[in-house]
Amino acid sequence: MGESLTSNVFVFLLAAFLGYEVVRRVSPQLHTPLMALTNAISAISVVGALTIAGAGDGHTLLITLGVIATACAMVNVVGGFMITDRMLKMFKKRKGK
Amino acid sequence: MHWGNFAIIAKAAFYPHAAGLPWYVTIIYLAAAGSFVLSLKWLSSHKTARLGVKAGEIGMAAAIIATLFLPEIRQYNWIFIAGIAGAAVGILLAVLTPMTAVPQQTALSHAFGALAAALVGTAEFYSHQSHLTHFHTVVICVESLLGYLTFTGSLIAAGKLQEVLPTRPIVFKFQNPLNFIIFALAIAAAVWLAIDPAQGIVYPVFIALALLFGVMLIIPIGGGDMPTVIALLNSYAGLSAAAMGFVVNNKLLIIGGALEGSSGFILSMIMCKAMNRSFINVLFGQAQAEKAASSDDVYAGRIKNTTAEEVADFLTSARRVVIVPGYGLAVAQAQHVTGELFELLESRGVDVQFAIHPVAGRMPGHMNVLLAEADIPYDHLHEMEEINEQFGEVDVVLVNGANDVVNPDARENPNSPIAGMPILNVDKARTVVVIKRSLSPGFAGIPNPLFACDNCLMLFSDGKAATTEIIQQIKAQ
Repeated sequence: MGESLTSNVFVFLLAAFLGYEVVRRVSPQLHTPLMALTNAISAISVVGALTIAGAGDGHTLLITLGVIATACAMVNVVGGFMITDRMLKMFKKRKGK
Repeated sequence: MHWGNFAIIAKAAFYPHAAGLPWYVTIIYLAAAGSFVLSLKWLSSHKTARLGVKAGEIGMAAAIIATLFLPEIRQYNWIFIAGIAGAAVGILLAVLTPMTAVPQQTALSHAFGALAAALVGTAEFYSHQSHLTHFHTVVICVESLLGYLTFTGSLIAAGKLQEVLPTRPIVFKFQNPLNFIIFALAIAAAVWLAIDPAQGIVYPVFIALALLFGVMLIIPIGGGDMPTVIALLNSYAGLSAAAMGFVVNNKLLIIGGALEGSSGFILSMIMCKAMNRSFINVLFGQAQAEKAASSDDVYAGRIKNTTAEEVADFLTSARRVVIVPGYGLAVAQAQHVTGELFELLESRGVDVQFAIHPVAGRMPGHMNVLLAEADIPYDHLHEMEEINEQFGEVDVVLVNGANDVVNPDARENPNSPIAGMPILNVDKARTVVVIKRSLSPGFAGIPNPLFACDNCLMLFSDGKAATTEIIQQIKAQ
């Protein structure tokens, strides 16, 4: 685990820094959609939940935990992107007169 | 180079660790990580923002599909049931949530994300319990702690925002010491587990402590601090997803979680700065604001009332009008009538702009979403720094449901509890009209000298009723 930990910490730090630089440039007007979008993106954790829910030889308890986790993460995967788009759709410039 | 060597190098690159991913999954994960970063980058401009959502969706879909092809996934029935159930709830939440309720919906989605991370942590603990290393246990404990406390904390926040729970701070004696003890016990349990992972019985206790700590952390926080708290929970939810990436050794999860973690961190910093408070003060400083000056001294004999008819005259004869929407406007659900007022005044040749304080509304950027929903074009919505210099040239400022964020004491009175908080300099305008139910104080609990200024008029009414009446008066002119 030691070696993968070092590279994981590297990835975490770089991603956090990159996120900081990118998010800093988002207009305060879009901070609510930003929160919805990042929430949808972090729902990528569904990938981890899937591997536990799908392990065929796993214990029932583990599969149950994995299945509930998958459902929870899927709420954000689908709901997060949809509500972000719903909000962004409402931001319009002055209609041409 | 010998081809055999090349194959070994290529294999090493694609299989980063022993239980490695097939190379095609690694490539798709890498592309998904790139699409997530692009997604956030494109959000920095209105023009590309919706493209950003598409990029994120494509990356997400590709990563999920690739994962389903992993050899370790052997049974699909439950996955599909869970996926469809989750997606159905997600669609309902996304479609049915009114824009005024987006803060609660966001808090709920933090709860879902955190619970997913927490449950995966729990599953990892029990599936490897017999052969967990000390270190792996620590990582699982971090994931579980973050996940479970964010889960209950977000539920409490959502309950407060939905007003099924009291929005006022729930405080009692020795609250902070008690919270500290709960947290210390949770850490002690985690340390015990790290030393001896076989102590299976300690883990449920640890979970219970984390759940309890999440509740205790959020109940003392009042409605006015919700924007900061939501941003902070956003950060925690991201960090718990990243912690899950460490536990299951998946870099895509680490990246997705880190992006949300740093985004939530930036937003909570912005919120704290906008209220001139520190994290510590928001989370643990529930002390009642001391009375800076009695409201009688500030207001006595100096409050001037106005009527909707008079305000209608002011507005139609003005060249430049700035509307300052506050939390009260969101509570009164007055955004649509405000949009109507905007259209009416613009059609009469009045220049109408909106000045939005960072903590207006119930979460970062919430007011902008509400006004955008009311069809107010976004180039008329301005942030504080952008518009503050211009108030001197404004004929009429209409403050609707805002109080502390337009309190000149923050700028002028170093002894004020809100001294140093950035405010909108509405008092510099020629005329200020404040729509407010009464002279009751805002979240800071202090009187507002603005209301006693010579150029300030009070229209005592509900934000929505007053705006509707002003519209009627303008139409009747």
